[in-house]
Amino acid sequence: MTIVSLRKRKIPITPYLFILPHLIFFAVFIGYPFFSGLYISFFQYDYLRPEATLFVGLQNYIDLFKTGSVKFIEFWNSIKVTLTFVIYSVPFLVIIPLGLAILLNTKIAGTKFFRAVYFAPWVLSCAVISLIWWWIFQSQGGLLNYYLKLIGFDTPRWLSTMPYAMISIVVATIWWTMGYNMVIFLAALQDIPNDLYEAAEIDGANSWQRFVNITIPMLQPVLIFIIIITIIASFNLLGQPLMMTRGAPAQPTGGGATEPVMLRIFNEGFVRPFQGSAAAMSVIVAIIMMVFSFTNFRIFRQRD
Amino acid sequence: MTIQSQKSLKISYRNQKILKKILVYFVLIVVALLVVIPLIWMLSTSFKLKSQLFTKEIYWIPKVITLENYSKILDNPSTPIGLWFKNSMIVAVITTVAKLIIDSLAGYAYARMSFPGRNKIFNLLLVTLFLPGVMFLVPNFVTVSKLGMLNNFNGVIFPALASVFGVFFMRQFFNSIPKELEEAAEMDGANRLQIFIKIALPLAKPALATLAVIEFLASWNDFLWALLVLKDRTVQTLQPGLRTLQGAYTSEYGLMMAGAVIVAVPVLLLYIFLQRFIVQSVATTGLKG
Repeated sequence: MTIVSLRKRKIPITPYLFILPHLIFFAVFIGYPFFSGLYISFFQYDYLRPEATLFVGLQNYIDLFKTGSVKFIEFWNSIKVTLTFVIYSVPFLVIIPLGLAILLNTKIAGTKFFRAVYFAPWVLSCAVISLIWWWIFQSQGGLLNYYLKLIGFDTPRWLSTMPYAMISIVVATIWWTMGYNMVIFLAALQDIPNDLYEAAEIDGANSWQRFVNITIPMLQPVLIFIIIITIIASFNLLGQPLMMTRGAPAQPTGGGATEPVMLRIFNEGFVRPFQGSAAAMSVIVAIIMMVFSFTNFRIFRQRD
Repeated sequence: MTIQSQKSLKISYRNQKILKKILVYFVLIVVALLVVIPLIWMLSTSFKLKSQLFTKEIYWIPKVITLENYSKILDNPSTPIGLWFKNSMIVAVITTVAKLIIDSLAGYAYARMSFPGRNKIFNLLLVTLFLPGVMFLVPNFVTVSKLGMLNNFNGVIFPALASVFGVFFMRQFFNSIPKELEEAAEMDGANRLQIFIKIALPLAKPALATLAVIEFLASWNDFLWALLVLKDRTVQTLQPGLRTLQGAYTSEYGLMMAGAVIVAVPVLLLYIFLQRFIVQSVATTGLKG
């Protein structure tokens, strides 16, 4: 009896040894910063001069909500830029990949080849693609303006005037990531059972009717999934403006016309020495993103 | 309906089909060109002298093909791209191998072992998958700098090992394979570690390969974190290195494109050889880079 109960109470040690290596890194770099990020946001903090750390309470947050202050203008400008980028890019990043996936889902030769080509840019890094497109959009020697001029179009200064600077970033981003969304759409399209289409064809539905009445409804969950992850990814926009426009052109009121919120945080906390303020911005952005994800999650669940 | 009109209907239907096919191929080819042109432009520019960059007419095949851009950036101590390449390789390989070990160990435990707190801990891990990465930027930077890991590969490798994705992925895999072999080995008196190494891991080769490719790409392509932590030119990896390269020269696009080629070629080669595998991994895991 005692032996049995002793045995029962004995906690196995092996499983903990299995999960421990990961758990240590998890605790230090995901668990701890969850709280320390909030903590840092209550301080005036510069990692280069930790001795000058100063507790400022909610000041970093107040600055971000005080109408008219420089930090307020710069921060909310960057949120606006981020939303503008989302509005400019997400429709294209859904429609183009969906169209390509539909074309590649037909029974013609060479679809595997085209799929491979379209996906290829996705394996490149943000720095590489930004550099390539930065060069293409240059006013001097740039590829795009050369051909625009050749066919008699205007040649705007792509990287330093609006709305062209934003368009440049959107184009580079579409080129870079459309293959990813396409692959997910394609997998979903291939999962739609063929007999649905056959039945509709027997009933005399034309290809447009089949698209609207079968493809779109069957694709809806994936469509929503793609829209959500594309919006979340758009919130993380940083490398392209950092390397292509550096946030330029400057807004008359403050901030940059292509300075999204991640670049704002980067500039605040890592170019300028205001890590406390950058931490406060991060908290607000994280809350916005979590509210967005959570709302979507709820809507998603209700529909199911 | 006469035979004649039926025939012509058939032909027009066939023509329509052919026309449709031509249209589809036309679109597919145009898009493919749009995808490939920037890459060719990068390659072409990297072999051009500066004097050939701003000519009135564009030459896709340089009039004079030069390797000067490559030799220049490889020799220049202020942009040591050879060293950066080595650094990137070291960081990516160590990160990938460490992740495979740590994540398969943990994933196996969460899938196959029962222990107090298992579900609670695992659910906690899962919840963090939904937290936006921006939250961790400043505090992790502060942690890394306090641990003295700025300008140190550990500052890039250690935070990457915290990620939950690999643990989740491996757990899913171990849950999907039958238990019988492991149970038989247990009957034969093998301990958990032996079972894990000799039976479970060999079965997990495809999952490990998928994880390896995803993690290697992620590590090799990591830009922001490497940019923050590896500031010193001698410890930089290729991605922040490209930004250093961009800032070090003005309008030397040939040099910069040579740099871009050096960074892009390894992953493009990897992609060409493992294309189907990479696309499948990405499609099935639904992971956003």
